[in-house]
Amino acid sequence: MNTLEILFYALSAFAIVSAVMVLISKNPIHSVLWLILVFFAISGHYILMNAQFLAIVNIIVYAGAIMVLFLFVIMLMNVKKDKEPQKQHLVKFIGVIAGGSFLTLMIALVKQTSQLQGKTVLLKEGTIGLIHPLGKALFSDYVVPFEISSVLFLSAMVGAVIIGKK
Amino acid sequence: MPILNYIYLCLTLFSIGVIGVLVRRNAIIVFMCIELMLNAVNLLLVAFSKMYNGAAFANAPTTTMGIDAQIFVFFIMVVAAAEVSVGLAIIVMMYRNTHSVDINFLNRLKN
Repeated sequence: MNTLEILFYALSAFAIVSAVMVLISKNPIHSVLWLILVFFAISGHYILMNAQFLAIVNIIVYAGAIMVLFLFVIMLMNVKKDKEPQKQHLVKFIGVIAGGSFLTLMIALVKQTSQLQGKTVLLKEGTIGLIHPLGKALFSDYVVPFEISSVLFLSAMVGAVIIGKK
Repeated sequence: MPILNYIYLCLTLFSIGVIGVLVRRNAIIVFMCIELMLNAVNLLLVAFSKMYNGAAFANAPTTTMGIDAQIFVFFIMVVAAAEVSVGLAIIVMMYRNTHSVDINFLNRLKN
C-alpha cells in the first residue's frame, strides 16, 4: 500500500464517519460542524486528484460561506435540542432500509458494468485542475454560462431579500 | 486508484444524504443532507474527469481532456450557493410563521 492509497482510504473513512455524525447528532450546531469536516475531507480528495482550484473553491464557498450561513440561521432561530420532534421509530427504520437498499442496488449495478472495469483515476498528476487551463476554458468556451450565472446570483439575492422582508 | 473505489465512496455519501432526508424532521438538517448529496456528486464528477484525463495523459501530458467536468462542478457550486440563500430565507420565513422548523408542518398543500 503506497502513500496515495493510505491517504485515499483515510480521507474516505473520515468523510463517511463525519457524514454519519451529521445524521445522528441531536444538536443542529454539531451537525453543521461535522458537515464542515465532510467538506474538508472532500477538499482533500480534490487535492489528491490535483484539482487544486476546486479544492480551494470548495473550502471557501462551502465550508466558508454556506456553512456560516447555516450557523447564522440556527443561532437566529434558537432551536432547542430537546424540542426537536422525533419521527416514529418505524418511519426511521423504513427510511434507513430504503436508503440502504438504494445503496446496495447501485453498488450491484456498478459492479457489473463492463465499461468501468479496469479504469483508473489519475492521481497527483495532470494539469486540468490547475487554475490556468480552467480559467482559459471558463472564459473562452464557457463564457456565456459564466455570465448567465451572474444573473442567477442577482435573482437569488433579490429573492432572498424579498422573502426575508415579508 | 480504480474508479470503482471513488464510485463506492460517492454512493455511500449520497445514500447517507438520502437517509438523512428520509429520517430527520428538522428542516435545516434535511437541507444540509441535500448539500451532502450535491457534494458527493461533485466528487464523482471530478473523479470521472480525472479518469478521462488519465487515459489521454499518457500520450500528451498537457492535454485538457475532461476539463468540462471540472467546469461543470464549478457551476454546480454556483447554483448551490444561490439555492442555499433562497432556501434558508424560506426556512426563516417558515420559522416566523409557525415558530418551528418541523417539516411536518409543511403538509398544507396536501388537501
